[in-house]
Amino acid sequence: MDDATRAALVQYLLRCGDDRLVLGHRLSEWCGHAPILEEDIALANLALDLIGHATLLLKLAGETEGAGRDEDALAYLREAIDFRNILMAELPKGDFAFTIMRQFLFSVASLYQLEALVRSTHAELRSIATKALKETRYHVRHAGEWALKLGDGTEESHARAQAALDALWRFAGEMFLMDEADERLVRAGIAPDLAPLEPKWRAQVTDVIERATLSVPASGYMQRGGRVGRHTEHLGHMLSEMQILQRSYPGAIW
Amino acid sequence: MAARPDNQWPLWEVFVQPPGGAPFEHAGSVHAVDAESALQNARDAYARRGEAVSIWVVPSAAITASTPEDVGPFFDPGNDKPYRHPQFYSVPRGVRM
Amino acid sequence: MMPDTSAAEREFEARIAAGETIEPKDWMPDGYRKQLIRMMSQHAHSEIVGMLPEGNWITRAPTLRRKMGLLAKVQDEAGHGLYIYCGTETLGVDRAELIDQLLSGKAKYSSIFNYPTLTWADIGAIGWFVDGAAIVNQTMLAKASYGPYARAMIRICKEENFHKRQGYEIMATLAAGRPEQRRMAQDAVNRWWWPSLMMFGPSDKDSPNSAELTKWGVKRKGNDELRQRFVNLTVAQAQAIDLTLPDRDLKYNAATDNWEIGPIDWDEFKRVIHGEGPLNRERLAARNRAHADGAWVRAAASGYAAKHAAEATSDAA
Repeated sequence: MDDATRAALVQYLLRCGDDRLVLGHRLSEWCGHAPILEEDIALANLALDLIGHATLLLKLAGETEGAGRDEDALAYLREAIDFRNILMAELPKGDFAFTIMRQFLFSVASLYQLEALVRSTHAELRSIATKALKETRYHVRHAGEWALKLGDGTEESHARAQAALDALWRFAGEMFLMDEADERLVRAGIAPDLAPLEPKWRAQVTDVIERATLSVPASGYMQRGGRVGRHTEHLGHMLSEMQILQRSYPGAIW
Repeated sequence: MAARPDNQWPLWEVFVQPPGGAPFEHAGSVHAVDAESALQNARDAYARRGEAVSIWVVPSAAITASTPEDVGPFFDPGNDKPYRHPQFYSVPRGVRM
Repeated sequence: MMPDTSAAEREFEARIAAGETIEPKDWMPDGYRKQLIRMMSQHAHSEIVGMLPEGNWITRAPTLRRKMGLLAKVQDEAGHGLYIYCGTETLGVDRAELIDQLLSGKAKYSSIFNYPTLTWADIGAIGWFVDGAAIVNQTMLAKASYGPYARAMIRICKEENFHKRQGYEIMATLAAGRPEQRRMAQDAVNRWWWPSLMMFGPSDKDSPNSAELTKWGVKRKGNDELRQRFVNLTVAQAQAIDLTLPDRDLKYNAATDNWEIGPIDWDEFKRVIHGEGPLNRERLAARNRAHADGAWVRAAASGYAAKHAAEATSDAA
């Protein structure tokens, strides 16, 4: 692998890993506070899956980079400007409708991405994608079912679900943005072209949104910047909390 | 606060089939509003450690159970019919059955 | 049709004495049903409230492995609450009613969860001491006379062992770490040891429910016996990682092969049980808030199901 491709792959793995770490962390904030006991278990399950995927991706990122950083060094010692997650992932968890709609939008996109990644020319990435794909199918099923229930449940749940969609929509497009690093990986057969995935994602989310009696918000300018480290104000606070022990005791073993 | 307790959704019974062709076993219950979410809740609660290859969920109200009063008429007669058991029958020594 | 109650009670007690398992549809004295509902629901409430002190550190867990381990543990606790609530429901009570009892303050839960988790080491101490104590108790309850309770305990015991090992591993790592980490670990031990011993409850002679629960085969061992077992196990574990249990009177009795502890401050226990612990109000407030905030969600699911059940019926018609 030439240096440019290697560097692109590190970026890609950080992007995929950070998406799941940050989103998993947001999901974990529900623990002990979910609307019903069964959902405490379900949301913890989602969070665990995502943090598990993040761990594998960040580990591979560190190995590919070859500078001695493991998954913990990457998770706990990078500043916000070095995180590469999409903005949508770092938004505060909001109410249950916001959490569910965000999860749904993300998981469907993730599903298509992973279905493509199981055909990657990169063996380890294929292997991570194969495992993550199974779990992501379940995430789509769980979040999709809740999207229907919230949209077509009561007037209040419908209003909250629509408000969540309206708030999230301008962040969703970032999931399909590509730059030269992505193009390089597409040429190498390592990562998929996201362009053809976007209409598939749109068709699937539109179907569920409409069955949920909700409306697809109008698409305008898509907020962006996460892929190059330009985040919202939320990420800094989240990392302050997440990284506190490693920052307070540099080099300690836990 | 005198309002009646808020709803926790109906009760479902969960049966889990372990790997290796074993029979389904009752694992416990979950609360859910419909079959799809009962299945998901059951999977999250009772199949976290690879104990299941298949799950059944049934509304608890759909289960018909024998009662303690039935024990005599239902089960005692089955305990004194030795002709249903192989040991009741003698066969010549040494013959493979 | 109505059985002669005293004959039925004698027969019931004979079944208990013979070590038989009582199942949901069996005849049982009213007192047995009530005691079990109380005991099981309090156990379930404890699992749920127990998610809060540990949940407090999920977002600050110091490595990805610790983050996942803690999240999995707290998820298990939710699951344990679920198993035990469902077991309680077999006695003819609805979970909504049980939850209402918790949230209104009518029902108790284990006093240990009214203490704060101040450092990461507290997470280790809870796994080691609190889950350790719970395992001793639950291993006994796995032989309880009421079938659904015993079966829930067996399932829980299988899962609980990883909780204790995780906690102990955390403490061992801290004890072998930097001076600040050792200090953190020892401080957590100092704060969690005595409340953990109190989890077993007062001596049976001072414990109002013990006699009935023992008569009916729900409790098979006394509080002091269980507490002693836990102490004996834990002293060796503490020595192995060079942490000191905060008891000047702790001494080994070679004749009985027991580690004898100093006096427990039962006044503290009573205070905490009666609502004056460090976090009683906050724990209940958190549970009430989650429940209130979640009402629209529960209603949404019910609303959806009602609409679609009606459709299914009209499709079939």
